[in-house]
Amino acid sequence: MSESRPRIRWHIVVFLAPAVLVYTAVMILPLFDTLRLALYDEVEGERVFVGLANFRILFGDPLWSDAFWNALANNFWFFLIHMAVQNPIGIALAAILSHPRLRFAALYRSAIFIPTILSFVIVGFAWKLILSPIWGIAPGMLDAIGLRSLFAPWLGREETALTTLALISVWQFVGIPMMLIYAALLSIPEEILEAGECDGVTGLSAFWKIKLPLILPAIGIISILTFVGNFNAFDLIYAAQGALAGPDFSTDILGTLLYRTFFGFQLQLGDPHMGSAVASAMFAVILIGVCIYLFGIQTRIRRYQL
Amino acid sequence: MPAARQSPLNSFAAHAALIAYTLIALFPVFVIVINSFKSRQAIFREPLALPDAESFSLIGYQTVMKQGDFALYFQNSLIVTLASLFFILLFGAMAAFALSEYRFRGNLLMGLYLALGIMIPIRIGTVAILQMMVATGLVNTLWALILVYTAQGLPLAVFILSEFMRQVSDDLKNAGRIDGLSEYRIFFRLVVPLVRPALATVAVFNMIPIWNDLWFPLILAPAEEVKTLTLGSQVFIGQFVTDWNAVLSALSLAILPVLVLYVIFSRQLIRGLTSGAVK
Amino acid sequence: MTQRSLVGALLASTLLAGAAQAQDVTLTIESWRNDDLSIWQDQIIPAFEAEHPGIKVNFAPSAPAEYNAVLNSKLDAGSAGDLITCRPFDASLALYEGGKLADLSDIEGMANFSDVAKSGWSTDDGAATYCVPMASVIHGFIYNRDAFAELGLEEPTTVDEFFAVLDAIKEDGSYIPMAMGTNDQWEAATMGYQNIGPNYWKGEEGRQALIEGKASLTDPEWVEPYAQLAKWGDYLGDGFEAQTYPDSQNLFTLGRAAIYPAGSWEISGFNNLADFEMGAFPPPVPAEGDGCYISDHTDIGIGMNAATEHPDAAKTFLNWVASPEFATLYANALPGFFPLSDAAVEIEDPLAQEFASWRQECESTIRSTYQILSRGTPNLENETWNASAQVVKGAESPEDAAARLQEGLSGWYEPQQQ
Repeated sequence: MSESRPRIRWHIVVFLAPAVLVYTAVMILPLFDTLRLALYDEVEGERVFVGLANFRILFGDPLWSDAFWNALANNFWFFLIHMAVQNPIGIALAAILSHPRLRFAALYRSAIFIPTILSFVIVGFAWKLILSPIWGIAPGMLDAIGLRSLFAPWLGREETALTTLALISVWQFVGIPMMLIYAALLSIPEEILEAGECDGVTGLSAFWKIKLPLILPAIGIISILTFVGNFNAFDLIYAAQGALAGPDFSTDILGTLLYRTFFGFQLQLGDPHMGSAVASAMFAVILIGVCIYLFGIQTRIRRYQL
Repeated sequence: MPAARQSPLNSFAAHAALIAYTLIALFPVFVIVINSFKSRQAIFREPLALPDAESFSLIGYQTVMKQGDFALYFQNSLIVTLASLFFILLFGAMAAFALSEYRFRGNLLMGLYLALGIMIPIRIGTVAILQMMVATGLVNTLWALILVYTAQGLPLAVFILSEFMRQVSDDLKNAGRIDGLSEYRIFFRLVVPLVRPALATVAVFNMIPIWNDLWFPLILAPAEEVKTLTLGSQVFIGQFVTDWNAVLSALSLAILPVLVLYVIFSRQLIRGLTSGAVK
Repeated sequence: MTQRSLVGALLASTLLAGAAQAQDVTLTIESWRNDDLSIWQDQIIPAFEAEHPGIKVNFAPSAPAEYNAVLNSKLDAGSAGDLITCRPFDASLALYEGGKLADLSDIEGMANFSDVAKSGWSTDDGAATYCVPMASVIHGFIYNRDAFAELGLEEPTTVDEFFAVLDAIKEDGSYIPMAMGTNDQWEAATMGYQNIGPNYWKGEEGRQALIEGKASLTDPEWVEPYAQLAKWGDYLGDGFEAQTYPDSQNLFTLGRAAIYPAGSWEISGFNNLADFEMGAFPPPVPAEGDGCYISDHTDIGIGMNAATEHPDAAKTFLNWVASPEFATLYANALPGFFPLSDAAVEIEDPLAQEFASWRQECESTIRSTYQILSRGTPNLENETWNASAQVVKGAESPEDAAARLQEGLSGWYEPQQQ
């Protein structure tokens, strides 16, 4: 390369500056301002430094720790449902769509992606109506196929509410894994598949033995995006069940817990300090997850791919 | 060749599966739209029936038209989304290029620093962001939203784009350098066209959350003139929560423009997503 | 040509607006009452502006569920409006103590309010008042008069009669006896627990005893309302666990449910939606001849942003809100919101009249959880939402729910710790 070492390569600065400036000013500084708050508390109107006391309360006081672990466990369940339902459906749809001779593929693709472009306001309202025991769409349809007895007010039951919401979220976002995997499948060179055919590997077994390993990196990226998205999720639960994440906190996830703590709810006043502690804990959970992915899974996929 | 991989039975099953899932995907939208054209009693009596001569009613749309300026809200949403996407893609691609192309001290650190933002919900910094917007006089302007969304979208954009840019062949860039192109030209002329699919991916990922965000419009730009479509329909729903004619009509009006835009652009979108592969 | 005239018109209008702004002060009101937007715009604000040329008022509501969070953020950042609609008790007290709300004890209009009316927006010692009381809401039951006539039913006055009526409606089968859901949780607490509770804990007497630590939530008078709620589940609609607040409102106004446990704020909405005659009865008393108590809750007030640039104009507006004229206007524009000022107000709506008439027969109190008791963590009000929904669903026994609430309260509230 032609650059001489000591002089500043200004083009690098020019390339980096806009992104770094906007990102630092609008995102990082406000965020750190918030995370810093986790180490403070308000005592008689004064903000005082308390070190890790807020975290001791969050993890030590059953009042807080029960709520936190409950939200964390719910969040993991929410994520598991996504992984177990969203990804297989997405892969299956992408696999079918990637058949070279399939007719109307563009039409199907567009239609299946539509829920993804709808806002939570619309999704929450629409599904609440459909599942409403009063409005009668879901019970009516089950009745039509003779399964009325299977209907239950799913969103109102502790055992089913979270799973139902996770499935609604899957319904909304399945278009994203579908598209990414579709793109990955199309990028598999024709020669590889033909080579497989010569060895007698066709149909389903071609999918399992040839295509799936090749799209693993795409699945990896989708998984980590899903993980980050799920642990930051808030809107759908809030739109459907409110900030108290009923029934009996069975749909409370980290996002709703953070909102309640930070901004307060109804008569509960917002506590920016405890809220920041929750936010920091949330940040830590996500950081750990991403590290596991980066250092554990991704490197292994890469190696496998090579 | 390809025929060997597809039998008639398979193709029938494939269509059956796709049609089934398409129905599931479209059903809620269908329910909302048909019921928005029915009278209140008919909505509750037969929610799945199509509107007929007897049950047809536009009362909901009349309420919406009287109460909210949905055309303005739509325009605001469009401006915010397009401007944010533009800045995310431009700034994101520039930064990604710097990180993937040049070796310099702090490269890795800078990459990690920029990736940090993928993991944190920007909502946590709301109060500080609001204070900053008030101090700079940007509160209740669309610029406040554009800045926040740009900052929020950059980390993922840099992350995805730098992955892709590493795959752009060095030979091409070096050939450009030998031809005497400046680094800026290499970036805009050679690299950007090659990572178009990645740019499309980033655009898709960012477009939807920006369009649908409720939180920042509510806090940073709640004034009537700068309301986004999502905030407008949320406020409207809150206001008319028992008047389902109006709510369903407002939701239909919120869905419709997005749907139209999507139908117009879906071809480009998908081509963008898959173009790298199809070539 | 048309384009040029359009440009001309735009130019003229901006110039005019600029000229008007030069002398006019514009006050912005923060509020969670987005339901009332059109009433403010069409009735209340024009009435004020007609009397006070030079002051323009802009009503800028946000969604009720987000109001507190949004308002606090705006106040912290200094972008909040000049006038702040006040939630009662601690939420607003915290704003006053944080220096966000101005002290209004001295404005002349305050003289029109009794201490009880001001209690929702005064410091604990009553020394300072920081919001002008606007209205209170009363709990009770609204019923479908046509349905009652059809089934030959009378308004119940005792609990036994109440359940007899519910049984009769259930037996007949053409109506859901009662429209209430537990999905939104607050419905069970506010429309259920706080509605019937005062008859058991004897209104103010019980509420004060709890605050002073002389009574406990596990005492029979505090457990019994839960025991009553536990019996309600049988009379609610199919799938009430997932029934939301708007669902309940629709069930009743479409004529599918016969009784609606209500707050008086429903009246104006219901008048527009229901095509049958409605009546109302107060919460039934435990036994014939018992004194009756109603929740007459100071619900909404309005204060001044301490950082406003137009304190004089804001005080002019607040004095007007405190006037008998505003009270009459507000009470009749929004039947079901009862003015708190001492001025006698003629209420025209028959259903609202019915609710207001209970003030003569029964003792008034406010919701038990609002003053002082929801200051700590866990928050008693929010816990009460949860417990009420659980009890109605039968997921928790009344005794367990009461014990849980008491444990939470005594965890931080000193008078309850002996």
